[in-house]
Amino acid sequence: MKRSSQSAHRLFQPIRGLSQRFAYISLVVSAVGLMVLGKIDVLMMDSFRAQVTDAVAPVLDALSRPAESFSRAVVQVRQLSHLREENARLRQNDARLMQWQTAARNLEAENKILRDLLNFKPGPDPSFITARIIADTGGAFAHSLIINAGARDGVIKGQAAMTGHGLAGRVAGVGSRSARLLLITDLNSRIPVLVGDSRTRAILAGNNSDRLKLVHLPSGESVNPGDRVVTSGHGGALSPGLPVGIVTMVDENGIVVRPFVLRPRLEYIRLLDFGLDGIVKGPLPQIGHRNSKGGRVGKPKP
Amino acid sequence: MTPSLWHRIDLLARQLTPSMLTLILVIISVVPIRILNFSTVVPLLPLMSVYHWAIFRPRLLPAYAVFLIGILQDILTGSPIGVNSFVFLLVYGAVLSQKRFFTGKSFFILWLGFSLIAAGASGLNWLAVSILNVSVVEFHTAVFQYLLTLGFFPAVAWVFLCWQRTFLRLD
Repeated sequence: MKRSSQSAHRLFQPIRGLSQRFAYISLVVSAVGLMVLGKIDVLMMDSFRAQVTDAVAPVLDALSRPAESFSRAVVQVRQLSHLREENARLRQNDARLMQWQTAARNLEAENKILRDLLNFKPGPDPSFITARIIADTGGAFAHSLIINAGARDGVIKGQAAMTGHGLAGRVAGVGSRSARLLLITDLNSRIPVLVGDSRTRAILAGNNSDRLKLVHLPSGESVNPGDRVVTSGHGGALSPGLPVGIVTMVDENGIVVRPFVLRPRLEYIRLLDFGLDGIVKGPLPQIGHRNSKGGRVGKPKP
Repeated sequence: MTPSLWHRIDLLARQLTPSMLTLILVIISVVPIRILNFSTVVPLLPLMSVYHWAIFRPRLLPAYAVFLIGILQDILTGSPIGVNSFVFLLVYGAVLSQKRFFTGKSFFILWLGFSLIAAGASGLNWLAVSILNVSVVEFHTAVFQYLLTLGFFPAVAWVFLCWQRTFLRLD
């Protein structure tokens, strides 16, 4: 009896090893297949990603709260040591900003009068959705965040994500209660911008580092360090005039832009809804109301 | 009947822990913690887990679990789906094929082994992302992440060893 079970064991061992090896190889092949599929059918992968993110979102939401309190405590302790200098600096800043405020008030009044004179039609006022960041991917190869607001809160793919400082990114994927933001520093981020007072058109490209690059400048235009970079609104993806960053270096390797938004400081984000239709939109006007999840993000129809 | 049922549930729960711990590490590694620039680069915690359990309890972390955990990692970190599954599976396979080398070795050797395997994993990850994006991805962050991962390895491995001694004695 014992001998027969032993011989059976000896017989089945290689088969079992073989089937395990086969399972392993087929898993590796499926991983490669998924990578390729992700390139071919972006929309399907995006919706899959959104669904899984949605499922994990409550866990992330719960975990990110104590993490947030902890990091806030760390920051507070660090700030204690600089309190005096900080105070002096802020007083100076305050005095300077008061002057700016006066200037801004004057300009605002003047602007209003001029607009009335010209019968200028301003763009639509944005509505806001404020969301908390519940996951910072922290990877070396992708710069994206997950927030705790989704389609049910009115989040739509393509909306601009802002902080008080400037543009942080764009909504890249929407689930029902969570959404994924693609930061402007991500390799796949391309934003049409205007540079400096000359309002030179260019494209701001992320490269997975915390420095951005300006590409596709028209020939003959010059850009100088210190120039402000704002969104241009071309292509209808983002509204014009959102502050993005400042030009820090111009040399033969390219033009480097430092973004106003610092990723490690991000906690809350404001999504701006200007009623724009987003980046990818079919050329035909959409008939009837479709839900925001699938309808507005559709592939351009031939 | 009842004690054996409980015994079975207990055993099953214990046996699930390597996969569950890896899953938890995937989630923990994306929770935003803002200390200096920490959040832009976090150590590859799941990679450590895959490496550790592939050496000590490969039967409790089967290949399909590694595959699924890799997919979750891809989804949450926003990298192309399949990349981390691929990398984790290759790490898993590499460790299993060298199992004889790893058994009964000192912790230092395990760390050294991890440094080699993690270097391969980071390089592979970089290569896959570069190919999928059809451009050369900046790799300084990846190097920094690799060094950070190496530095964190002893702490995580110690926790795993304690866990394994307390809960996974029978195998």
